[in-house]
Amino acid sequence: MNADLRSALRVLPEYLGQHVLLSAAALALGVAVSLPLLIAARRSARVRWPVLALASLIQTVPSLALLALFYPLLLGLSALLQRLVGWSFSPLGFLPSLLALTLYSILPILRNGITAILNLDPAITQAALGVGMTSHQRLLRVELPLTAPMLMAGVRTAAVWVIGTATLATPVGQTSLGNYIFTGLQMENWVWVLFGCGTAVALALVTDQLLALVGFGLTRRRPTLTWLGLAVLLAGVAAAGGLQLRTTSQGGYVVGAKNFPEQYILAALIAQRVRATGHPVTERTGLGSSLAFQALAANELDVYVDYSGTLWNDVLHRTDMVSRGVMLSDLRTALRRRYGVELLGALGFENAYVLAMRSGEARRLGVRTIADLARVAPQLRLGGDLEFFARPAWQDLERRYGLHFRALRQYEPTFMYRALLSHEVDVISAFSSDGRIAAEHLTVLSDPLHVIPPYDAVILLSPRRAHDPVLRAALKPLVGAIPIGLMRRANDMVDRARDKRTAGEAADWLAQAAHLRQGATAPGVIPRR
Amino acid sequence: MITLESVSKSFDGGATHAIRDITLEVATGTFLAVVGDSGSGKTTLLKTINRLIEPDAGRVLIDGEPARAVPAHDLRRRIGYVFQGIGLFPHMSIAENIGITPRLCGWPAAAIRARVAELIDLVSLPRAYLVRLPTELSGGQRQRVGLARALAARPGILLMDEPFGALDPITRDALGTSCRQLHERLQLTTIMVTHDVLEAVLLADRIVVMRQGRIVADGEPHALFTGHPDPAVRTLMDMPRRQAARVRALLEERGP
Repeated sequence: MNADLRSALRVLPEYLGQHVLLSAAALALGVAVSLPLLIAARRSARVRWPVLALASLIQTVPSLALLALFYPLLLGLSALLQRLVGWSFSPLGFLPSLLALTLYSILPILRNGITAILNLDPAITQAALGVGMTSHQRLLRVELPLTAPMLMAGVRTAAVWVIGTATLATPVGQTSLGNYIFTGLQMENWVWVLFGCGTAVALALVTDQLLALVGFGLTRRRPTLTWLGLAVLLAGVAAAGGLQLRTTSQGGYVVGAKNFPEQYILAALIAQRVRATGHPVTERTGLGSSLAFQALAANELDVYVDYSGTLWNDVLHRTDMVSRGVMLSDLRTALRRRYGVELLGALGFENAYVLAMRSGEARRLGVRTIADLARVAPQLRLGGDLEFFARPAWQDLERRYGLHFRALRQYEPTFMYRALLSHEVDVISAFSSDGRIAAEHLTVLSDPLHVIPPYDAVILLSPRRAHDPVLRAALKPLVGAIPIGLMRRANDMVDRARDKRTAGEAADWLAQAAHLRQGATAPGVIPRR
Repeated sequence: MITLESVSKSFDGGATHAIRDITLEVATGTFLAVVGDSGSGKTTLLKTINRLIEPDAGRVLIDGEPARAVPAHDLRRRIGYVFQGIGLFPHMSIAENIGITPRLCGWPAAAIRARVAELIDLVSLPRAYLVRLPTELSGGQRQRVGLARALAARPGILLMDEPFGALDPITRDALGTSCRQLHERLQLTTIMVTHDVLEAVLLADRIVVMRQGRIVADGEPHALFTGHPDPAVRTLMDMPRRQAARVRALLEERGP
């Protein structure tokens, strides 16, 4: 069997289980919210139109935006609760996903329900009163059974939407089948992308058919079929719950990763080392950049790798320039004091913005530093990734070195490298640990004025695991063990188009190349500088 | 006995009245037909009796007891009602449709089954139809089921709103006859709303003529035939007689 497929199957129970639980909870909640609204709408037209208008409004917000919007909202609510009652909840992962998906499931149920209500034959509803039903009996014995087919169709649509949209829960920190898709897209692993889409589609189809069976049983008055459909659905949810319970009751370590290849490799490396101590490990990958730290601080992750400059700007909200040593020690104290998060140490390489050129061109122009570049910049074109020119780092570079280029162009990262190699641009903004720097023999220009802040890769431990002896012993050898050259080559292994490796294989190679052996302390590799 | 005392109902806040100041007494055992043009207030009058419509003014008494004294659903379980559009529940079998009121009254299942079997015989439908759905029956058969449903909980009063309106003439005649027979056999008090004067004349003991929300004539069919001061009522009542005369003339012309 294909290695990608094998690795996909290994995490299937977890991804599928989480996906099923999330979708089932959202759908159940959606039905629980919609039915009372429908009953209220049945009673009065004044309720009917605002309800439908609201549901339509929700539907016009793009799914991912809706998921992301819940995060700041819940964050604020969580902080407020913390202040008021001293208790709060995690604004990440399950909760925002559940709320957003619930909102999404409501519209089709409401819309179909209201259509069904409007289509009720007045002769029949009046006859229900005429034979002596109370309005409650009329609802249960006549109106619900008669609207059931339309209502079930709405529930089926909602189920398919929820299962599809739940794949977007991955970036807000909720594991789902979307993990295959997001990871696969980042790693250009199309087997994973297809596998993720395929399982989500299969899940949606199976659920739809089972709900159809339930509906068929209801309308044709074949209760056995209804119960059969419900039983299979419930069994599926229970099985997913069981899988989840097993995963969580293992008390394993949770290793996190943001959504780019280097993070997947490092997470795999960390996971391998922890697993080697005999403890179970779960990986939660593909997290949105700012969410990873929040998840760690909330003890939802136990360990992940972040970058000092990112933490400095985004977590401590500092913009002043300090030396890398000061930055690391300030981060260590501030993170411990404010969040209880432990900075275990730096891995030994940086993933910073750098300016890079084709080495032949750099040699011809005599450019080795950004100061050299400033001299010749007016004849050159600079390519940046989509956000580079909006970053403070670029504005500082421009100002401090007096950089003026002939032209500035924006590219999607992959195309940016191609543009450099095909001479469409002369200089690009790259990441210092990017595998393509070594693979394409690019020259990285040094930054003598230290304008770009240091972006040392650092291992962070959650408050709960800050003093965990197992974790510390397993990860301590990684500190200072990964020089930039090794990281670039590992990144290249998963980035390149030919002979592509999985993150796990790259992590194996990295462990070997860095002479990391389980239990052994790292050889005394000194971080550069 | 059914009594209406100065009953009025307006659907537009008093600008116009569907029925106005109706006073009517229907003795137990009477078969009363209410006739009039569409919009004359016949159906509104009928619905105030089982409180499908609540009057704005006046009151309705059933056997001397105000209709409002009991919850509406209890009242309706004691009064059979046959709807203009039949109104069978499409998701229930014929047996369930007929047995619905006894079921709401909490009869034991065996008693309901026995009563349903009795009623399907009473309205002359085969018992095999009990397991069918309403859509599998013809219009006339459905209306027989509607009649059986109205009679299921042994009501003393039967209200019928244009019960045979949508049926072909032969079915109409047959159903009307069964209806009259049931009325006598079960000693019912029946009020039937119809726009067909001939039907009213053939079935009813007493006819009430309505126009613009008011009663303009009230009496036995024979009395109404033999002359009424209101010219419109006269024209109305003359119609069946003229028709009968023409039929007789035709028969004599070509007779043996």
